[in-house]
Amino acid sequence: MGAEFVALSLPPILIGICVAVACALPGNFLLLRRQALIGDAISHVVLPGIVVAFLLTGVVATGPMLIGAAGAAVVAVVAIEVIRRLGRIEAGAAMGVVFTAMFAGGVLLLERSDTSNVHLDVEHALFGNLESLIWLDATGWGSLVDPASLAGLPVELPRMALALGLVALFLWLFWRPLAMSTFDEGFARGMGLRTGPLGLALVVVSAIAAVAAFDAVGSIIVIAMFICPAAAARMMTNRLDHQVAWSAVFAALSAIVGYVLAGYGPLWIGASASVSAAGMIATVSGLILALAAIAGPHRKAVQ
Amino acid sequence: MTLALVTAGAQPDEAARRASPLAVRGLTVSYGQTPAIFSVDVTVRTGAMTAIVGPNGAGKSTLLKAALNVVKPLAGTVTVLGQPLAQMRDRIAYVPQRASVDWDFPTRVIDVVMMGMYRKLGLLGRVRATHRSQAMACLDRVGMADFATRQIGQLSGGQQQRVFLARALAQEADIYLLDEPFAGVDAATEKAIIAVLKSLRDTGRTVVAVHHDLATVPDYFDEVVLLNTQVIAAGPVAEVFTEDNLHTAYGGRLTTARADPESVAG
Amino acid sequence: MLADALLLQLGYNATLVTIGATLLGMAAGVAGTFLFLRKRALVSDAISHATLPGVGLAFMVMVALGGDGRALPGLLLGAGVSAALGLLCVQWLTARTRLGEDAAIGAVLSVFFGFGVVILTVIQTMTAGRQAGLEGFLLGSTAGMLRSDAVLLAVAAALVLALVMLLRRPLELASFDSGYAQAAGWSLARIDLAMMGIVLVVTVVGLKVVGLILIVALLIVPAVTARFWTDRTDHVVLIAGAVGGLSGYAGAALSAVAPALPTGPIIVLVGFALFLVSLLVSPGRGLLASVVMHHRYQRRVHMRQGLLALAQGQPIFEALTRRLLHRAGLILPDGVATATGQAAAAKALLDETRWSIVRMDQSFAAAATRYDGLTPIEDVLTPDQLREVDARIDAPQVVA
Repeated sequence: MGAEFVALSLPPILIGICVAVACALPGNFLLLRRQALIGDAISHVVLPGIVVAFLLTGVVATGPMLIGAAGAAVVAVVAIEVIRRLGRIEAGAAMGVVFTAMFAGGVLLLERSDTSNVHLDVEHALFGNLESLIWLDATGWGSLVDPASLAGLPVELPRMALALGLVALFLWLFWRPLAMSTFDEGFARGMGLRTGPLGLALVVVSAIAAVAAFDAVGSIIVIAMFICPAAAARMMTNRLDHQVAWSAVFAALSAIVGYVLAGYGPLWIGASASVSAAGMIATVSGLILALAAIAGPHRKAVQ
Repeated sequence: MTLALVTAGAQPDEAARRASPLAVRGLTVSYGQTPAIFSVDVTVRTGAMTAIVGPNGAGKSTLLKAALNVVKPLAGTVTVLGQPLAQMRDRIAYVPQRASVDWDFPTRVIDVVMMGMYRKLGLLGRVRATHRSQAMACLDRVGMADFATRQIGQLSGGQQQRVFLARALAQEADIYLLDEPFAGVDAATEKAIIAVLKSLRDTGRTVVAVHHDLATVPDYFDEVVLLNTQVIAAGPVAEVFTEDNLHTAYGGRLTTARADPESVAG
Repeated sequence: MLADALLLQLGYNATLVTIGATLLGMAAGVAGTFLFLRKRALVSDAISHATLPGVGLAFMVMVALGGDGRALPGLLLGAGVSAALGLLCVQWLTARTRLGEDAAIGAVLSVFFGFGVVILTVIQTMTAGRQAGLEGFLLGSTAGMLRSDAVLLAVAAALVLALVMLLRRPLELASFDSGYAQAAGWSLARIDLAMMGIVLVVTVVGLKVVGLILIVALLIVPAVTARFWTDRTDHVVLIAGAVGGLSGYAGAALSAVAPALPTGPIIVLVGFALFLVSLLVSPGRGLLASVVMHHRYQRRVHMRQGLLALAQGQPIFEALTRRLLHRAGLILPDGVATATGQAAAAKALLDETRWSIVRMDQSFAAAATRYDGLTPIEDVLTPDQLREVDARIDAPQVVA
């Protein structure tokens, strides 16, 4: 647990924690609004957003990709609302139509365009590559206070920390309106709150978390983190603030345990190579949810 | 008589409209191609308790929601004390239908009441001891102080309704709009709620409630608006709550209404 | 070359695959309609994502047994077992905890898929796994399919379609009116089980063609598309079957021409194009129709209210109302009614007065239900009835 850990495992673990918590926090509100699958939809449409941004700019750069993906998320949410309201189609089906079509469009665009020299493919989009985010300049724990080495940190870490900060800031700032409009939208509107834009803002913030995470860890972990920690947390408590805190703990725990199991688990049982960290983190979050569903103190609704 | 029917309640002069705590004109809301309410004019009297009654699907709840811009009207204007609604939000408290809410939401009774103070607290205003004691006082007024830290899903229907009323009290408004406050509540709760509403009126506040129990209208309310998509009649209970008008509002459906019109209107 | 593909002239395999995809699309369209009508469309998303660990584990088991890990029947069997497990998890979470079905679906699909990815990375490290080609299950790939696999696909798709058509009646009944279905002696739980069973089979058969990420589209898009054209359950079923079949056929044919492209996205986009057309131009639910109808309706409401206000000598507050009346030549710019305006106003008031009598009188109960504040009463009552109504107006007015 020395230099090697700091260089090879610490950055991915920290990035994993940031991703997990950044997705889990807004996931609480999506869950309570019965919009849990919006997270699913968002993470699917991130791909076409990024591909379009790449085709327009010709480079794989964070800025355009972030804008492209967030734009795709907004397009998807608006399209879902239009189909739901004007076409009078149930929300789940509207969602299913929109995100599959956009994802299919993204895949085809990707296959048709020349992306062989850039790091952009469907599998990477789904699974990510958390293990590759290593810190070559680190020589030990001391590197954490060495400015020269710190400059060599994988760029995903500060980026993801920033996304986490943004999500946390949004929730802190709009906690009261979010809680109010989630619990009782009619009352919130009666108070003069603009619940429509607020709901859209929640989705956009979720999309930002998803997009920032997507590059590092792929979309499957994003869906898992939107839903599983919040769902498990809901079964631990009956207070919103406590639920959000529990979800953050569960998310971080999934990231740490998942990464360690993926990296070191196979070695413990005698195998040589590691397995997908993103997949393992999603799996661990599912196990936590299963435990909460079996034994959580508030797993059932009071009747 | 029939011309009067069409225009009943629709002839307030400008002065009355300006002074009224809540005046709507030409309010029309439609879901799809059928109007839920059509061209409704209502001028609520200050310091009175007004009931909005009418058959199922008459647009009673829609009228309240449109008056608060909770649903967007297709046409019409709303004024509060002569001013546009947007400037007067602080003066109105709203109690939605109990069934419109997810009672499995993870929150406690006291937190729900604190929601009523949102316009005072703002986004980040610190919750001080005075706010808490104020919220407790509101709960106390509806007899729910002992339940302050309960999870809302654990309450009975009547208790939930009282908490909703306490939240409205916490708004410290001048005008209280309630959507079916007595639907599915026990007798004790109904008594408690009406006592609170009467005390509000007696201190000069204005109360408007969607109500479905014709039998209790004369006991509980001063004014009544009979609604069936349009306003059938509006005014003091003694003048307006007549067999004729009820018949117009309910049509052939009166036999299925809960109360016997003969006994209430006679 | 595209024409060859569409006319099934691209060789035996491609033809089989195209026929299979067509039959599969029809079966998916019909089966998906029932899911959609029971408002459980996205359960299929959980089912399809939950197939991944099964595919991977089946591969490992077959290799461990000394066989070829890529044998399609074995992989599909594994997919079916783990999809069923995922479905059970969704049902259990929904029934036994406070979580809603949406959360249960999201949790199951992401966790099963994540676990599947773990299995795939394990397989990649196995010697036999280097060429496993399991990625084809993600997005569908029909290029270079074995003859036996193509036959399996076509036969399975035909069987599913036959099964769906066989069970169509009870499924239709349950999704149209579950209460009636129960009263008629059907067990709703069993019908639901049958529906989920069919969806599961469609998913498994479709894995190789459409891929597990997009199979959900084949189930949902046709049903939603069909819904725009009709309000009748049996018609939705038929149209959805046709849309699904057309998507499968066109998509598979197109991808036979461009083997580098994954089949799934093409099939999905063909279906989506049909959906888009329906969304825009279908009568009733279509966007264009809705927008036009809403505007027309809003104008009628404003005109009517303006006329009533004129008739009663009240001021008109809303600018839109004034503008519309002015444009119709009913008022002058200063808000004073023109001669035509006065006549129209009087007519509107008379109409309203007649309506209020109709609505008050029980003998007109049937007519009264047609009141919407806009319909002229002449459209609803016979001239005789009108005279009867007018007789009751205290001071009958004559329309100028």
